[in-house]
Amino acid sequence: MKVKVLCRNPDDYVRETTRDIQRVPRNYDPTLHPFEVPREYTRAMNATKLERVFAKPFVAALDGHRDAVNCMAKHPTSLSTLLSGSCDGEVKVWNLPTKKCVRTLQAHEGFVRGMCARFCGTSFFTVGDDKTIKQWKMEAPGYGEEEEPLNMILGKTVYTGIDHHQKEGVFATCGQQVDIWDEQRSSPIRSFTWGASRFLTELLASCASDRSIILYDMREATPLQKVIMNMRSNTLCWNPMEAYIFTCANEDYHLYTYDMRQLSMPIVMHSDHVSAVLDVDYSPTGKEFVSASFDKTIRIFPEKKSHSRSVYHTKRMQHVICVKWSLDNKYIMTGSDEMNIRLWKANASEKLGLLTTREKQAQNYSQKLKQKFQHHPQIRRITRHRHLPREIYSQRKELHVMKEARRRK
Amino acid sequence: MAKRKAKASRVRSESSSKAAKNSTQVMTYDDGEDELLEGDDDDAVISASEEDEGGSDDERKHRKLLEAISALGGKKRRKLAERSEASVQVSEFAVSAEGAGEKISLSDLLGAMDQTPSAVKSTKKQLQNLESCKDTLELPLSRQETEKIQRKVAFEKTSKDVSQWESIVKQNQRAEQLVFPLNQEPSGPKPVEHVVVGWKPRTPLEMEVFSLLHKNMQPINDPLLTPMEEASLKAMSLEEAKIRRAELQKIRALQSYYEAKAKRERKIKSKKYHKVLKKGKRKELLKEFEEMRNKDPAAALEELKKMELARMEERMSLKHQNSGKWAKSKAIMAKYDDEARKAMQQQLEMNKELTQKLALPPESEEEQEPEETEVVPDFANDAQAAADPANPWMMGKLSAEPAEKDCGGDDKESAVENTQNEEEREPEGDEEEENEEDVLLREFDEKRKSRRPDDDALAPPFQVDKEETEGEKKEEPVCVSSEDEHEGEVVSEFKSLFQKLLANGHESTVNKGTGQDAKESDAEEPALLDEGLSRVRSLEDVDELLGQGLVREHAEDVAEVKEKIPTTAEETKNERTDKRKKKKILDLNDVLTRDAKVISVPLAPTAIGEEEGEGDQRMLVQEAFAGDDVVADFLKDKKKRVEAGKPKVVDLTLPGWGEWGGVGLKPSRYKRRRFRIKVAPPPPRKDRNLPNVIISDARESSVAMHQVSQLPFSFEKPEQFECSIRTPTGHTWNTQRTVQKLTAPKVVTQLGSIIEPITRDSLDKSKAQTRGKKAPDIVLASAGAEGQGPRKGRRKAGENNARNLRNPRRRAIKRTK
Repeated sequence: MKVKVLCRNPDDYVRETTRDIQRVPRNYDPTLHPFEVPREYTRAMNATKLERVFAKPFVAALDGHRDAVNCMAKHPTSLSTLLSGSCDGEVKVWNLPTKKCVRTLQAHEGFVRGMCARFCGTSFFTVGDDKTIKQWKMEAPGYGEEEEPLNMILGKTVYTGIDHHQKEGVFATCGQQVDIWDEQRSSPIRSFTWGASRFLTELLASCASDRSIILYDMREATPLQKVIMNMRSNTLCWNPMEAYIFTCANEDYHLYTYDMRQLSMPIVMHSDHVSAVLDVDYSPTGKEFVSASFDKTIRIFPEKKSHSRSVYHTKRMQHVICVKWSLDNKYIMTGSDEMNIRLWKANASEKLGLLTTREKQAQNYSQKLKQKFQHHPQIRRITRHRHLPREIYSQRKELHVMKEARRRK
Repeated sequence: MAKRKAKASRVRSESSSKAAKNSTQVMTYDDGEDELLEGDDDDAVISASEEDEGGSDDERKHRKLLEAISALGGKKRRKLAERSEASVQVSEFAVSAEGAGEKISLSDLLGAMDQTPSAVKSTKKQLQNLESCKDTLELPLSRQETEKIQRKVAFEKTSKDVSQWESIVKQNQRAEQLVFPLNQEPSGPKPVEHVVVGWKPRTPLEMEVFSLLHKNMQPINDPLLTPMEEASLKAMSLEEAKIRRAELQKIRALQSYYEAKAKRERKIKSKKYHKVLKKGKRKELLKEFEEMRNKDPAAALEELKKMELARMEERMSLKHQNSGKWAKSKAIMAKYDDEARKAMQQQLEMNKELTQKLALPPESEEEQEPEETEVVPDFANDAQAAADPANPWMMGKLSAEPAEKDCGGDDKESAVENTQNEEEREPEGDEEEENEEDVLLREFDEKRKSRRPDDDALAPPFQVDKEETEGEKKEEPVCVSSEDEHEGEVVSEFKSLFQKLLANGHESTVNKGTGQDAKESDAEEPALLDEGLSRVRSLEDVDELLGQGLVREHAEDVAEVKEKIPTTAEETKNERTDKRKKKKILDLNDVLTRDAKVISVPLAPTAIGEEEGEGDQRMLVQEAFAGDDVVADFLKDKKKRVEAGKPKVVDLTLPGWGEWGGVGLKPSRYKRRRFRIKVAPPPPRKDRNLPNVIISDARESSVAMHQVSQLPFSFEKPEQFECSIRTPTGHTWNTQRTVQKLTAPKVVTQLGSIIEPITRDSLDKSKAQTRGKKAPDIVLASAGAEGQGPRKGRRKAGENNARNLRNPRRRAIKRTK
């Protein structure tokens, strides 16, 4: 009797541990895998659909403020900490992973107009309607100690904003004039007066209430340049990766990105909002920025695109006053009128947490496919589809009509 | 009043502007001014104001003229003082300053100087020079203007400053992949040199250690060899090293061999064997001693002394005096037990032997040697052992050894040779004893060897054994046991283990074979049997049918084995080989026959099933697709399409026009011919020669929905776009590496790491990189400079690679270079 046995080397198909994936022998002969494009197209379609299915950007809401959240500040060294100041002068320190308020302090009487953390993350500054600049410790006071500012400067006028130098103990405030302060002194080192105002390193820019944006150099005695726009700019943000680019949020529903060397013309006008844009913040990679608007939405714009790539809104979110992009490029924080701070994913459909290598690869592949087939009408339709509340939708349409009409004239 | 004031100021400005004009004509700008007034606008502004001023000048002249005319009239009116400048020219009490409009020349002032003799000549000269110079100083610009200029300068400076970033920004924009945070240190342990370079000893202990290291010229950066070691390495030639290595290898092999041997011997439990072994060794020692006496009397004397010492010790001790616990217990038993008596006797004999005086050395070499041999000998320096003729290792045949070990026949032969040698040397010795001993030793040896194959797990015998055991176990456990009794040593450990494992099975089979306890076992395990009832029945049948015959066979075989009990060495050997062969053959047969039987019973129906199955399959397919005539359908479909594609005759005939119409009346033939329009036949179908293909050129809306209608932006030609779509990126078509490369995301961020904004450091770094192409590499502060050359190079390459990964543009540049 003759017995023939197929014999294979187990090393070829047996995995070493149960954690390994099964080894699959592959033959890359193109004749064995026909219809590459249609197959990849289907995959791209599925990936796009899944992206929309999993697009759930809202992560959490932090409530606890008793008035509208007027300003926020990121902690420069800790991703889990967020500072927020409200219209009743209260400042709260939040722990983001636990979604709890760690510390509350009554910083000012009246609005907290602006706040910023020192570059080392040990203290932060607030300015308020009570014409004071206060410096606070980041840690909560020990048991029995009173909540007191480290330092307090009484000013003559109301300060409306504050920002700190990246590396030195110097900060700038704006109000009636722009002042540069040394942390050690109680009077400004330098003050610029050129119009009234609201703001990097040595370079400063301020948005003035007389519809202008003014640039300053900290080292120079005079302001540098001024642009006068049609309407007032509310906030301005420098691109963290491109030193001469900044974007300002304007009252005329648009955002403008400027190259500071050529202020005569903005590089891009970003328009999608249907009401005044109140705040803007760049992602730490400098590739995108987020804008908060009076129309109760926030929008994420690619750096040099005139239209937004996504829009976030919820039923309960009112006028968004301030917005921040977290330093790890993953989250967006918004502070709005109805006293809540909301945490959003920067990438709506992104899976949070650690990914396995295979997950990462799959993600990359689907991303690539989406990008490859982005011009195909069906895929484009799916990727671009967003839900908007009725008011905003109708307003958008209206604006569009108006724009068309203006164009025709 | 205000108006007047304005006028006055105008006057002044006019004069100043005039002066400015003059200055522009006469004076050349110095450099600083030039920069300030570069802009054309400023000039324009100034000129404009000049014109303006000029106009007012005329007016004023005109008015003065008028005044002069009126003054001519004779009436000397009191002239109101004109206030053109505050406080200087006009007093508050309407006193006009004289010569208000006129210039004061320097010479007027100098007139007084001339009169004073004390005035210094040099100052005079200076003043005169000044006088001769007719230029006037420029008026400082207004605050707004200066500020504007300052701003402009500052802005230019800053924008130039900011433009430094441009290169790095562009670089980042063009990068294929950006990993944030940028410029992070590569993770993982750094190479030793990196760490060492920046490190300096600080504490006294570190200092001490370092000084020691330096003293010994211990390399710090390259921890491989000291110069001394290197020198010694160099001193040793390759051949020497090889020889040395071979020696070491040999010694090691020998040691392991002897260790193994000693272990094996120690394991043997047979008393008889050990006794014989000891005796043999003693004899050998004796022989050696004799030899030694002839060759090396001094050594022999030493040996003798040793023996003497042993004797003394024996005499001192009570070891073999029948006074120990064991001896006493034996003494009690001695009355009834023969063996106990013998043992006691033996002990006494031993004592006698040991205490015997060594007058005659050949008779008095004692133990202590056996003990020595038990210990693993150290061959590196043991000359005695090296001289051992029985040891094949000492013949200098390293490679021949394993073969010898393996094949039993050779060994036996050598053993025989040994014995022959011995016999030759000592013909007067008691042959019978010797023979006996040898035979015994050989037996043990053989047994060991027979065990060997199992221990070494050599494939063929192992399998055979296994099958054999299986067969035995399944078929005839009783028989196995009988065999075991007879040749227990032959059965390997594995066998026994296997036996144990399969014990239950055998029992059951035994039971079945005997047929007595079957019901009991049934009662014990009902669940198991429930399932297997039918099978058991069939197996039982098989067993009953086949097992009996096998049992008989085995029994016969065993009987044969029983008959042939080995007496002499040769006999045993022959018998063994025979038996083995027999066993093998028999087992193979067993296995095969059994297999055939076991398998054939269940297989028979399945084989039929298979044959049926094929037919079934076909039938099933036929049945399932009974109504479907796919080919015909396809042909019909095609025909229909072809028909549809054919142009139709358009009939435009209208009855009743130009002739009578009504029921039953047809339009005339002429009319039909006239108004029936035939369309030219379309080009032949593409699929007309392909019977099983339908080709349709019609645009299909379901597909069109998914197609790109117009060329997307950033593509210049449709081909480009098609190309970008055509190349697949998935792992179905590409290798893992390629997929990774193709799908690498443009921006990578790390989970939970803070991305710092771009800083001046990175700018400086990038500048240094661009500049540092020609600059020398950083030189390591090195102690051992020799060993570093290649290493540095490697590191550099690695760095470059890392940089290139991050910066594809630079890579490209390099390539072009």
